[in-house]
Amino acid sequence: MNIAVAVDDEVRHEALPSASEAGPAAKRIVVGFGFWVFLLSDIVMFAAIFAAYAGLTHATAGGPSGVQLFNQRSVAIETGCLLASSYSCGLMSLAIGSRRYAVTYLAALITFVLGAAFLVLEVREFAGMIAIGAGPQRSAFLSAFFSLVGCHGLHVTAGLVWLVVMMAQVAIKGFRATVERRLLCFSLFWHALDIVWVWLFTVVYLMGVVS
Amino acid sequence: MTDTQYDRAPGDASALPDVEQGTSSGVLVYTIGLALAVVLTAMSFWVANTSLLWAGGVSLGLTVLAIAQMGVHLVFFLHVTTGPDNTNNVMALAFGVLIVALVVVGSLLIMADLNDNMMPAAELMNLQMQH
Repeated sequence: MNIAVAVDDEVRHEALPSASEAGPAAKRIVVGFGFWVFLLSDIVMFAAIFAAYAGLTHATAGGPSGVQLFNQRSVAIETGCLLASSYSCGLMSLAIGSRRYAVTYLAALITFVLGAAFLVLEVREFAGMIAIGAGPQRSAFLSAFFSLVGCHGLHVTAGLVWLVVMMAQVAIKGFRATVERRLLCFSLFWHALDIVWVWLFTVVYLMGVVS
Repeated sequence: MTDTQYDRAPGDASALPDVEQGTSSGVLVYTIGLALAVVLTAMSFWVANTSLLWAGGVSLGLTVLAIAQMGVHLVFFLHVTTGPDNTNNVMALAFGVLIVALVVVGSLLIMADLNDNMMPAAELMNLQMQH
């Protein structure tokens, strides 16, 4: 029995060498993994802000609560913008893989416009809340709200700046290995932001309206 | 055989030669992901606004839908799979999920416990009056 298992193991071993036997990984894989670890640490930071928000949901200090403040229609449009920009970002990485400049620029433009539309809607929402006296200084609930949603908004802003810089690099340097690795990191960043937004609209906007 | 790479960068489509994908199937993967995400998002908004469901279960339902949508994003957009070429990415992800769960669940438990044990202000005043 033992022998049979050992032989079986050996055969499988030869058929599929383990990652360590294949030699050192390509730089693209190492860079991608490093950025993946950064993204996970970023998500851990978001988790801490989420926990703070969830703990402070009812600490409105007599001020307005989520039910009175949140506009679900604008949240739905924001969600649609971010989801569609995630999709066009995916199409962009496919175009990069097949070295097509025009499609890459077009997909990047769509990604940028949708991301910018998301930001405009969010800034308008913030401005409307501050105008009726529901700014971050009003209550612990609103401080937590502005930290959480604002932090995601800052990430989106950084992503838009990054996208412009990457398109300038593609225009000047072409599809070099370094540029391609940076584009891989960008698309990871953009998709991860969408995952954070899924939790954000669920926990903040939808659960806030329910309770 | 020597140049075969058994690791994959996160966000990459499959690097194994026998599963090599063309652009059209890549578009298909993203489109399926988009369709699933749209359906799940629409369901989330419907669940939050309907009066058909028992109100107490809505939060749980929304959480389940969010977890499902996170799974869709990971599989179709970030191309995280269970394949042997993806072990490192999955291990890092599992560790991240563990830490996130500890931070969120731990904080919520502690805050709920503190709220339960906090004496209401009126009762506290009463206690001071007795001494």
